[in-house]
Amino acid sequence: MIAIVDYGAGNLVSVKKAFDFLGAECEITSDPAKVREAAKVVLPGVGHFASTAALVESGLQAAIADRIEDGVPFLGICVGMQWMFEGSEEAWNTRGLGTFAGECERFPAAVKSPHVGWNSIEIESSSILFRGVLPSSFVYFTHSFRAPVNEVTVACCNYGGKFSAAVERGHLFGVQFHPEKSGDTGLKLLSNFCAV
Amino acid sequence: MLTKRIIACLDVNGGRVVKGVRFVDLRDAGDPAELAKAHSTSGADEIVLLDISATQERRATLLDTVRRTARQLFIPFTVGGGIRTLEDAAAVFAAGADKISINSAALADPDLITRIALRYGSQAVVVAVDAKRCPGSLRWEAFIHGGRKATGRDAVEWAQEAEDRGAGEILLTSMDRDGTGVGFDCELTRAVADSVRIPVIASGGAGGAAHFAEVFREGHADAALAASIFHYGFSRLADLKQELGCQGIPMRWPC
Repeated sequence: MIAIVDYGAGNLVSVKKAFDFLGAECEITSDPAKVREAAKVVLPGVGHFASTAALVESGLQAAIADRIEDGVPFLGICVGMQWMFEGSEEAWNTRGLGTFAGECERFPAAVKSPHVGWNSIEIESSSILFRGVLPSSFVYFTHSFRAPVNEVTVACCNYGGKFSAAVERGHLFGVQFHPEKSGDTGLKLLSNFCAV
Repeated sequence: MLTKRIIACLDVNGGRVVKGVRFVDLRDAGDPAELAKAHSTSGADEIVLLDISATQERRATLLDTVRRTARQLFIPFTVGGGIRTLEDAAAVFAAGADKISINSAALADPDLITRIALRYGSQAVVVAVDAKRCPGSLRWEAFIHGGRKATGRDAVEWAQEAEDRGAGEILLTSMDRDGTGVGFDCELTRAVADSVRIPVIASGGAGGAAHFAEVFREGHADAALAASIFHYGFSRLADLKQELGCQGIPMRWPC
């Protein structure tokens, strides 16, 4: 069972709908005990980085951290990916999980923000998540803050400079864009995650 | 490169897609779920479903239609019409919408924008502005209730206020051009797009590829929306995107 973690931030129906379409067993849950039993964990998130503070208070953060320690595949989407970094300029008082080094930052004033729409990404051939995805693919973004490019970056996007569109290390995955809203490309990626 | 979005709009009345000219004279154009899927397959970057009778007849948005349409749609899906409260919005999100669009209710209760944005994020809140040109000027007035009621508000100022209150996008419809096929109102689109930092979706008047190119280049639109030219098969969406791509407009292609 894939646990789709609900911490009160936004709408998780679309994520569930995509996994349902792929025939993957999944459940939207805010119960740390369910997360501890899950075979895979997905942390979606739209909205404010500060909303991830609810993960700590609810005990979900500890459950997710333990699950990651156990080697269970984890996918963070949008703010869920940003949370895997150390923190974000959006909410300095709220710390991320710190799995990946770096802080998320605002887009430069030279470009319109939020970054909304379909943008092209440069994909690293070694990526498990992007296996079978065409290198010239477009995916759907909607966000005002972005994660830096570093050694875990497997897909880059350029909008007012390069940022991490996707990160990957072992069984840990994160995507800044919305695979559940990125047409066939996104479904392929979620199906790759299901197969991990 | 960030592409310009082509959005297919389904105006729904009584569970069927309809299309009118200048907001009246409605004709049947098909089943919402089938049309949404067909548009997605042929390359639409996004689907907008507007329940055009909802506010007028004071009934709830057709949640069943939304649910049925959302089920097999894996591109962004916006629903508008009849959303007056946070609870209305919550029901539409639960039925599978990614964004909601509000117009009449936002003007009556501007704080509604903020309340929905705080709960679901600004990216989920589209404020629809129906604008009509004030004769002989470069000013536009915002209308509500499906274009039936003038508000006395300047459309550009209202769009700026909507952004300040937490809107994530502006869906800007020219009432003068709606359903006419003579081209978008590029002056209106540019006036709004240059006044806000959030994306502006141009709507009303699409008749051919040249109109889209014009509203992206001259109107500074981030996205353009059309309905009738796609429904009746005048212009296949895929052909439109290919043509725009050839003209140097960044498009998601192949889709």
